[in-house]
Amino acid sequence: MRLSLRLALAVAGLLSAGPVLAQELHMGHFHEQTGEEIFHGVCQGCHMPNAQGAVGAGAYPALANNPHLAAPEYPALVILNGRKAMPAFGDMFSDAQIANVVGYVRTHFGNNYPSAFTAAQVAALRSPESPSEVEGPAKEH
Amino acid sequence: MSEDGVSAGGGKMRRRDLLTLIGTVAGSAVMYRAMSAMALAGESGFTGPIKLEGDPKGASVLILGAGMAGMCAAYELRKAGYKVQILEYNDRPGGRNWSLYGGDTYTELGGFTQKVEFDKGLYLNPGPWRLPYHHQAILHYCKVLNVALEPFVQVNYAAYVHSTKAFGGKPKRYREVHADFNGYVAELLAKSTQQGRLDQAVTREDQEILLEAMREWGALDKNYEYRKGLLASERRGYVSDPGGGTTSAPIPSDPMAMSDLLKSGLWGSISAGHIYEFQNTIFQPKGGMGMIGKAFGRELEGVIAYDSKVIDIHQDAKGVTATYVNAKTGGPPRKAQADYCICTIPASILGQIPMNVGDAMQSAIQALYYDASIKVGLQFKRRFWEQDESIYGGISFTDQPNGMIGYPATDYFSDGKGVLLGAYTFGPAAFEYAAMSPQERVAKTVEYGANVHPQYRDEFENGVAVAWHRVPWTLGCAAHWTEALRAEHYDNLVAMDGRIMLAGEHASRLPAWQEGALLSSLDAIRRLHQRVMTS
Repeated sequence: MRLSLRLALAVAGLLSAGPVLAQELHMGHFHEQTGEEIFHGVCQGCHMPNAQGAVGAGAYPALANNPHLAAPEYPALVILNGRKAMPAFGDMFSDAQIANVVGYVRTHFGNNYPSAFTAAQVAALRSPESPSEVEGPAKEH
Repeated sequence: MSEDGVSAGGGKMRRRDLLTLIGTVAGSAVMYRAMSAMALAGESGFTGPIKLEGDPKGASVLILGAGMAGMCAAYELRKAGYKVQILEYNDRPGGRNWSLYGGDTYTELGGFTQKVEFDKGLYLNPGPWRLPYHHQAILHYCKVLNVALEPFVQVNYAAYVHSTKAFGGKPKRYREVHADFNGYVAELLAKSTQQGRLDQAVTREDQEILLEAMREWGALDKNYEYRKGLLASERRGYVSDPGGGTTSAPIPSDPMAMSDLLKSGLWGSISAGHIYEFQNTIFQPKGGMGMIGKAFGRELEGVIAYDSKVIDIHQDAKGVTATYVNAKTGGPPRKAQADYCICTIPASILGQIPMNVGDAMQSAIQALYYDASIKVGLQFKRRFWEQDESIYGGISFTDQPNGMIGYPATDYFSDGKGVLLGAYTFGPAAFEYAAMSPQERVAKTVEYGANVHPQYRDEFENGVAVAWHRVPWTLGCAAHWTEALRAEHYDNLVAMDGRIMLAGEHASRLPAWQEGALLSSLDAIRRLHQRVMTS
């Protein structure tokens, strides 16, 4: 008798409601919208409240006074795909959120790169290598 | 269909025969699980204490990192006759095997310092907190090191499952959701079976077995319905429990409406205990997970150079040299040299340290970032979860950012204070927690928890919060592996590069588990020893 719970639910016509709720409960996206909200709600966890970075056994780079921010594509790609210790956030932020936070750091903390950067430009940077929705964040251990 | 018999494939099968058949089926299932478990134990790498036979003739090994992998390697290699030394960034052994006690001070990146104010004997395990029964390597070392273990409670039917968006934000007991969900699913399956809708999938004979199974599994009545009554209350609990004497009649409780239950999403929180790692029996060290690291550290006294921050790793034809400075005071660089190196530094840190290994290993190191996770410990004036709510150990789940509330599986019925795990979460919520100051994290955790336990408001005293992306020596909780990353990089990460081999949870197929760190270490030293014996 091999009948899984999944099959039982499918038989009862219940599966359609499942994945959506499961996603709401366990996965999710960041709710912060403006660049300021996103930086201080998320990014400062590592890059620190004044974007000065931090040093321990390893280091988080400062975003303050950072010439790597001259081209908006660079920070956008790092946010989307990750780089070394920097996690990939492509599946947790929308294009608009990424454009907003890139705009924010490029015009704060001693950075003065006011050129516009749009959600459409972020969308164009998303590649098949960007993280998929399926893998998700860490599970409990 | 009569009471004492069910039809089977056109004939009649007596209930006793049917139950005998189910018993036989269950018996073989149990047997099958046992057999596959044995096979798995063989595959996972721990086949008993490691034996490194033969004389290494004074060969030396430099080990970087005094976590589980590093200390296991040092312990076993020294026993086999190697000269070993460990460089460790922290001023204590254990790495992520770590407990915070009252009086401890912890400073995270950014300089945010917390002084732990817990009462004597109370603790938070910021990292690992449970040892599954099939993680035989870590259990082996607990035994060898005389680390006393006690049961960890994973599933507690009296704990809560909670959604702010369901049932007016009032938590439900795990047993209520579990019983109602199983009951309704069983009833639906039974109905579908009776209406002939499973004729394509299940033979007539098996349908009869299925019906009986659903009745037992779901606590269905004789009409295959899940409804209010003593039968359902034996699973979900009562309004008033059966008692003695004159006031003894039990009052059954009302199951939730099926639609409410489904829409609540609470069913998403009742399956964690089915996961292999979370099945009974699970253990925890008495007095905190950090007891294992401390015991290893005592065993390796004199071998570990603490406060050593590695800044360069270089190998040549003769050996491996690590350059390091004092992690607290800096000062002039010093060098440690050996014939070989087992490097257990997390990939998130190692990717920033110059090391002359090949592109394949270097790419693998650079490809791994570390996942987000946080833990918050909260001290309360009394153990209200036991005293008011009969919750003894286990975990409540909530849809709020704190994710879980873990109850201490030790010191039950103590009149003193107690420390709850007030938050344990991942993904976006964990990144957001990391962005807060430690004080904000604690305050938020109290706010969330009060929606499950209103007692929080009066009983809370103090707390400590560890956000793993702010931990100076890991930059995250554990390596983030995906299927694609494994396919591209795993073999290159674990291969020996000249005289250097990596070990740790990141170099295992059990990421984030101490078992993974140990199995990785044992496999690395086995291969290292083979190389030494044949060269």
